[in-house]
Amino acid sequence: MFRLKSIILDHLKHTAGTEARMLPDPDKVLIPMSMHIGTPCEPVVKKGDHVLAGQKIGDSEAKMSVPVHASISGTVTDIKDYRLLNGKTCKAVEISSDGKHKTADCSPPEITDKASFLKAVRESGACGLGGAGFPVHIKLDLKKETDTLIINAAECEPYITSDYRQMVEKPDEVLGGIRLVMKYTGIAGTVIAIETNKPDVIEDFEKLTADIPEINVLKLPSVYPQGAEKVLVYSCTGRIVGEGEIPADQKVIVMNVSTVAFLYRYCCTGIPLISRRITVEGTAVKNPLNIFAPVGTMVKELLEFTGTDINDVRKLVAGGPMMGSCLMTADTPVVKTSNSFIADREYTEPVTTSCIRCGRCVRACSMNLMPLMIEKAFINRNTSELKRLRAGLCMNCGACTYVCPANRRLAETNQLAKELIR
Amino acid sequence: MNKLIVSPSPHLNSEITTAKIMSLVLAALSPAMVAAVVFFGARAAALIAVCTASSVVCEYFCRRIMKREQTINDLSAAVTGVILALNLPVTVPYWMAGLGSFIAVVIVKQLFGGIGRNFANPAVTARIVLMVSFTGYMTDWAVPQYWQAEGTSCFGALYHTADIITGPTPLVSGNASLTSLFLGNTGGCIGETSAAALLAGGIYLMVKKVITPAVPAAYLGTVALLTLISGGNVPHSLMSGGLFLGAFFMATDYTTSPVTEKGKIIFGAGCGIITFVIRKYGSYPEGVSFSILLMNILTPYIDRISENIPFGSRSEKKEV
Ligand code: SF4
Ligand code: SF4
Repeated sequence: MFRLKSIILDHLKHTAGTEARMLPDPDKVLIPMSMHIGTPCEPVVKKGDHVLAGQKIGDSEAKMSVPVHASISGTVTDIKDYRLLNGKTCKAVEISSDGKHKTADCSPPEITDKASFLKAVRESGACGLGGAGFPVHIKLDLKKETDTLIINAAECEPYITSDYRQMVEKPDEVLGGIRLVMKYTGIAGTVIAIETNKPDVIEDFEKLTADIPEINVLKLPSVYPQGAEKVLVYSCTGRIVGEGEIPADQKVIVMNVSTVAFLYRYCCTGIPLISRRITVEGTAVKNPLNIFAPVGTMVKELLEFTGTDINDVRKLVAGGPMMGSCLMTADTPVVKTSNSFIADREYTEPVTTSCIRCGRCVRACSMNLMPLMIEKAFINRNTSELKRLRAGLCMNCGACTYVCPANRRLAETNQLAKELIR
Repeated sequence: MNKLIVSPSPHLNSEITTAKIMSLVLAALSPAMVAAVVFFGARAAALIAVCTASSVVCEYFCRRIMKREQTINDLSAAVTGVILALNLPVTVPYWMAGLGSFIAVVIVKQLFGGIGRNFANPAVTARIVLMVSFTGYMTDWAVPQYWQAEGTSCFGALYHTADIITGPTPLVSGNASLTSLFLGNTGGCIGETSAAALLAGGIYLMVKKVITPAVPAAYLGTVALLTLISGGNVPHSLMSGGLFLGAFFMATDYTTSPVTEKGKIIFGAGCGIITFVIRKYGSYPEGVSFSILLMNILTPYIDRISENIPFGSRSEKKEV
């Protein structure tokens, strides 16, 4: 088995040592109807309705969709169009808090078999919390025989520690979630993949799983992008998820550690996905923290909670520094897939110069692509060459751009190239 | 609140820049520059200064005239100048050194679009042009530390070169001791004689990850192997002539060598074979520059056959 190429980044995990703090209920939340991959929900409440935390406020008939729930109790004050980070528009429900934080009658779901489990998973509003937002009930509805569940606890991006804090604070939820998934999907073995930069949780989980032969902890080198799905599957099992395949084609499924932990929480309490742990970091942030915040909270409030002067912020990124997207405003709501926000005081984009053919991008790419040649083919709009170079396999990890001494925006170009050959 | 900056990911960048890479190369060249001055006196230093300055000036005016953004700050012109100087005998007139810089920077590099676009290595090509045009000057090898024999100071040759004692290079005569080849105490171009200094620089480049070992290892390995098979003296053939300078500093030039490791090995091996053949059968005693230039020309083809196979890609056939 050969090692995939990768790069080494500073971890910058300054928030690792502090326990996540609970954000007091905000006065107002804005909950988009599309926080997952798939069909957006339609609001099932109307302006003026009173809602309770955990009450369903959006749903869809479509299979590839998960319901959306109110994250605080209060009155629906508006239902408006909202532009998502990917440029698409969906409806969003604005709820003004009544200050009471009344939770709807949530009782643990009744789960007896696979069908009732998948139904409960859907009702929980669960989607991949690692950032992708793939509906969990679809992923777990296995069509093929699957032998391995990989728990993605690599957390390879710098700064982010929300998954790490999940494992430190509530390891039982993680194991409980794994057991549930194994029980109802019939998957025989689980690998918990953790990077070696988190030795304490590796040790904890090794102890916790010592008597459970079907759950193993795997130490992975802390390199970037270790947590990318195809890379992770290969590192854990040696199986190659080919072009156009999903992990299930190789008899594995990959779940983020916070996602399985949530499933367990839901099955115990019946409270759907209405809040999550979020790392708030960056040079403008006074006290970097993990915050447990309701979905729909404005990023601005998270920043204020960490003592950040909003006027100091020049750049705000949702997600990690390698793959995250820039926000145009701090009046952007937290969504189910938000795992971190990075607010920086300043940012100077390095100047782009000519490619010197140093080959660093080629040596960085886990997918073994040739970023400099893809860029050239893209500039010439040579679609057949782009296809030959497999630009479509690029996962936008950003490693190539990171290492380029000429600061060529290779990862970005690859995304445009993908559009071109789509 | 401020207007936020919106830029595509990634939002982090490594510290490395083209200018930093070039300054590391200059640092790696410094032992060879010191050795040049030790063995060939003040005139060697003057030649390095002339080549470097004229290269930078050429680059500056070229970019001005072509109305392109200025690139002298990336230090690549300075690197070209130093490498060219190290490829000259100490006796060449200063105007010839300047002409070499002009050929390297203006004709070979800038006319093709500047850094990253030229197909041939500027310093190598300039050396070959000078070699073919002024064979006499370019093969006039000074005896190291000639001033000692002559009884003058090492500054004596700064203005007139007539008194410099010359002799054959060890590649031609084959009679230098291994120690003097290793240290550089032999005749030759000012920067190519000291294997020790070049090796130190080469190792520095590898430690600093400026170059990977692929090209030098394949190049030197091939020459060693072929020499061994043909019954030659392996250490002698490795350390004499411009082989170390070529293998560590010229064949490894990013722009004119293949980008993948596989490609670099093919490239290095090709250089090794051509160098060996020219040395053994050619009319020029030294094949390093020619071999690098020839392989430069083949680089686009090597690039094509040595492309990485994308991870998990299906073969073309299956796709249809
Ligand atoms: S890393 Fe940048 S400069 Fe180096 S080969 Fe790739 S694109 Fe060119
Ligand atoms: S962004 Fe794409 S091309 Fe660049 S390193 Fe990642 S996968 Fe490779």
